[in-house]
Amino acid sequence: MKTDITWGIGGEAGFGIMSSGTMLAKLFSRAGYGVIASNEYPSLIRGGHNFVSVRLTTDIVHAPKKSIQLLIALNKDTVNFHKDELDDHAYLVYDENDYAWKAEDFTHPITLIAVPFTELVKEKNGDAVMRNTIALGVTMALLGKDLTLLTAVITDQFKGKKEQITKDNIAIATSGYEYVKKHYAHLADMVLAEGTVKEPCLVMNASEAVAFGALAGGMKFAAIYPMTPINALIPLFADHAEELGIVYKQPEDEIAGITMAIGASLGGARSMVATSGGGFALMVEAISMAGIMEVPVVVDLGMRPGPATGMPTWTEQGELQMVLRAGHGEFPRIILAPGDVEESFTLTKTAFDLADEFQTPVFVLTDKYINETLWQLKKSVLTAPTTGILSKPSEINDFKRYDVAVANGISARSFAGMKGQEYIANSYEHDEYGYTTEESAMRISQVDKRARKMDTIRARAPKPNVFGDVDADITFVTFGSLKGVILDAMETLKKDGVKAKLIHFTWVYPLVESDIKPLLEGEKRLVVVEQNSTGQLASLIREETGVTILEKWNKYDGRQWQSEEIVQKYNAK
Amino acid sequence: MINTGDIFSTAIKPTWCPGCGNYGIWLALKSALTKLAIPRENIVIVYGVGCHGNMRDWMHVYGVEGLHGRALPVAQGIKLANPNLTVIAVTGDGDCLGEGGNHFIHAAKRNPNITVLVHNNEVYGLTTGQAAPTAQVGMVTKSTPTGVIDPPFTPSSLGIFTGATFAARGFAGDIPHLTDLISQAITHKGFSVVDMLQPCVTFDKIHTYQWYRERVQKVNISEEKLGDRVHSLELASTFGEKIPIGVLHKRDAITSEDREFTLKNGPLTTVPVVDVSALEVLSQFQ
Repeated sequence: MKTDITWGIGGEAGFGIMSSGTMLAKLFSRAGYGVIASNEYPSLIRGGHNFVSVRLTTDIVHAPKKSIQLLIALNKDTVNFHKDELDDHAYLVYDENDYAWKAEDFTHPITLIAVPFTELVKEKNGDAVMRNTIALGVTMALLGKDLTLLTAVITDQFKGKKEQITKDNIAIATSGYEYVKKHYAHLADMVLAEGTVKEPCLVMNASEAVAFGALAGGMKFAAIYPMTPINALIPLFADHAEELGIVYKQPEDEIAGITMAIGASLGGARSMVATSGGGFALMVEAISMAGIMEVPVVVDLGMRPGPATGMPTWTEQGELQMVLRAGHGEFPRIILAPGDVEESFTLTKTAFDLADEFQTPVFVLTDKYINETLWQLKKSVLTAPTTGILSKPSEINDFKRYDVAVANGISARSFAGMKGQEYIANSYEHDEYGYTTEESAMRISQVDKRARKMDTIRARAPKPNVFGDVDADITFVTFGSLKGVILDAMETLKKDGVKAKLIHFTWVYPLVESDIKPLLEGEKRLVVVEQNSTGQLASLIREETGVTILEKWNKYDGRQWQSEEIVQKYNAK
Repeated sequence: MINTGDIFSTAIKPTWCPGCGNYGIWLALKSALTKLAIPRENIVIVYGVGCHGNMRDWMHVYGVEGLHGRALPVAQGIKLANPNLTVIAVTGDGDCLGEGGNHFIHAAKRNPNITVLVHNNEVYGLTTGQAAPTAQVGMVTKSTPTGVIDPPFTPSSLGIFTGATFAARGFAGDIPHLTDLISQAITHKGFSVVDMLQPCVTFDKIHTYQWYRERVQKVNISEEKLGDRVHSLELASTFGEKIPIGVLHKRDAITSEDREFTLKNGPLTTVPVVDVSALEVLSQFQ
């Protein structure tokens, strides 16, 4: 019996490839398995090739795998594009109507399973789009699982629609299931052992986890202009605004988005924007404004390959150095980068508290991979709400919004409606009341006040998370979404007798030299692994700590680093 | 902030050029706020960047001096956070229609209950006199040495066309009339645009107080006619030998804030934070 299977489905865009991946991930998560689903697709709505892979394991899983054990091909291209990823003795499910595959078409042994998808759909008077539902039925039979697991998810999927739709889909799934039972009952290599995950989990992508983290962090206002890869936030906020107790606004552009969010924050509501690199480029001037006005705002920046429009539906970690420098002038900022959905939730929640406490922009750096991969989030992670706005206006009459006497740089805020606490939130340099000034001593005092906030922030910075062996042969250093991939690779390396360690930065900026230096120094072999071409984290570490890490592993073809690639790279050296 | 006898003034002395139309506008705004008796802690004025924006330092209310062109989205954000506030955007022709043109038309389309005061002097005063989007064809400025060649916008007609539910045009040289227009604009529930004709005594030698006085004509339009957008557009785009001033357009429409379900329960500042572990929407992720 198998304990770890990667299932893949491919076909033309518009044929429900993504949704079948989601359904499979949900049903196995419910049944106590570890699941992770990742997708690849071009920047098109119809046509083009779509592909989803779901890794199913009997225990919790950190990352997808590249090699596939069970591939469902809804067209010929799927096989052409993915045949090199097929494992020895992998199952290939295909329709002979598309192409009659033969064993000699493959370089290694494959089990060919012909299923007449089109014919089965026709028999049930279904639409060609429903071939993906046949595929799910086929999958359940090949994995040796009960069909009721699938029918329960189908029922939930079509809840609120006509009952007949649910019935039709179940009938179609059943015909796929029965076809395999009838014609391929002898195939039992892919039967999956029972799942051992006891804790109830939700299945979502990191954008959705960011959304729930924001809500738990007291977010009340979001202005988001659509952009891949953060679009999943939008329906969640827009469709459920009333239940969530928030206002979601689609602005006319990203400049309006960030300035609306700053306005809402000035009005007393915790606020956020979400965008990708191009949209963030438009927001940069306003980030600087939030810096001088000392306004809290949270930016979820979902990175994708640039420059400019680049490769919009693929992944990269190319915006770290941009976020680090974004905004003219000098002002404090905090950069966080979650490594999975759990961290997406907890760090986003923290981001709102930090923004409010330090009255400055806080960035949550995500990327296409983490934002569009489906992960499991333990239900217990969803914790109680934050206490809300931390800043309280002073009780004194002579209210100084930008009081320079504060030792930690953090002065009291007030909100419109509070009597006697009026001030000017001024993008010009200002005095303690917010009045414009160009006077030398006050300029110095205000610059120093803002700089003291950065010192206060730095004193709060947590150390990076360290995983793996103490006396490691290789120590990986990375940030954000590469966490799971490297942890997964470390499991493989461990089986091969290699001792490995991971230093993972979720708090990316500012860094504390005295914390980081001892972690890096004395390691046998340090490698910075990044999803970009220049090694942006390596540069930041050098700048902040003086430690130069010479070995850099970079990937920048838009495809996420895979666990196997890390292992291969190690073995090649 | 330090109180003075005039409750809306601060102790800081204005730095506008002597004779600048901004003085008239400033007085009219303070008079309107006094007349409407709005407590100053409930007023937020968002300023653009330009000569007009310097008003922030001598107005005693909650002030926001933002970025050039971006006053309107900031104002909408404040209003959505707390609809109980009186939110006014004090902007210039370059700020509001040049840099901020996209924000202006989309704000008009949404109809938030905010008032936009457009200082219309046809030039960029703070950068020493280049042509604004409102500059008349032929006008010689620092950026148009042989005269403006592109035809201008009129702020009120652009507002009416894109959805503003209140539009008026006033003249900085007629303070009582402008006071009345500003107070009507603030009172109107919806996106209100006041196009304020304002001589720039330093960089525009053509459009003087005298030039405007010879051309402005007060109009008094019936309630019924005020809701007729075609008629209003005709009046608003009349600009030349005759310039109609007064309320040009007024109609009722649902506001941006009233479309938000969450705000029916009060301002966002009072809406409790949800317990994410108990949300119904979580069932979608199971």
